[in-house]
Amino acid sequence: MSRRTLGALFAGALFGIGLVVSGMTDPRNVIGFLDVAGRWNPRLAAVMAGAVGVHAALLGLLARAGGGRGARLLPRRDNRIDRSLIVGSAIFGVGWGLSGYCPGPAIASLGFGARSAYVFVAAMIVGILASALVPRRRSGCEAP
Amino acid sequence: MSMLSGLLGGALIGLAATVYLLATGRVAGVSGILAGALGERAARGERIAFLAGLVGAGLIAAVVASPAAATSTPTPVLIVAGVLVGFGTRVGGGCTSGHGVCGISRLSRASLVATAVFIATGAATVAVANHFFFAAGTP
Repeated sequence: MSRRTLGALFAGALFGIGLVVSGMTDPRNVIGFLDVAGRWNPRLAAVMAGAVGVHAALLGLLARAGGGRGARLLPRRDNRIDRSLIVGSAIFGVGWGLSGYCPGPAIASLGFGARSAYVFVAAMIVGILASALVPRRRSGCEAP
Repeated sequence: MSMLSGLLGGALIGLAATVYLLATGRVAGVSGILAGALGERAARGERIAFLAGLVGAGLIAAVVASPAAATSTPTPVLIVAGVLVGFGTRVGGGCTSGHGVCGISRLSRASLVATAVFIATGAATVAVANHFFFAAGTP
């Protein structure tokens, strides 16, 4: 196994442990966060704060590494606001609100043997394949 | 307590996203990684490795902690939701991890907008679902 692959495996495991520890693999915590008009559960906000805080701080350190040369390794900021971004994100939010699952927690929950996660992930793959039929946003994720 | 575990778990996620970026040079967006694993030949191995790690973490959690994963969502709703999540994240170029965590961390305007939009439609969906499908007072 190459170092890249091993690093990716380790990152995935760490990511999954973070999702479990933070309670995000329990759809009730996600729906509780989105239930702003009901009994609001703020936990997801704490998860986002922890994740963004640590990732932003580490990106900042990386950018400064090697007298600023680290910056070119970092993904570029994506400031394109277009229709695909808005429409796609709006559709994603509806599915997220209906189920309390987004892709990361759903895939980690496969490891629990949760039947609902299997159903959800199978449907999600159908949705991904179907998205090839419409104009998609070039993923801002694939950088630099 | 739950806020503390949220913050701690979130910190692990932020660290994991950094490890993935350093190892592969790419952003740790789970929807993009899954789509890439399904559809692209290049770098498929490392995407599959990330997904395997994610499932493995769930497996470990199930053994050591028997995590709560209860959902009362009916199967047809789960199917519709899954299709919408897969479709929407690919059209919009990211999900909670790619836009929400990684994009916001580097102050990407697109990711800030995307995150605001999916939280808004998610909240609206929960409000509508509560109003129409569940009697007032159900937990």
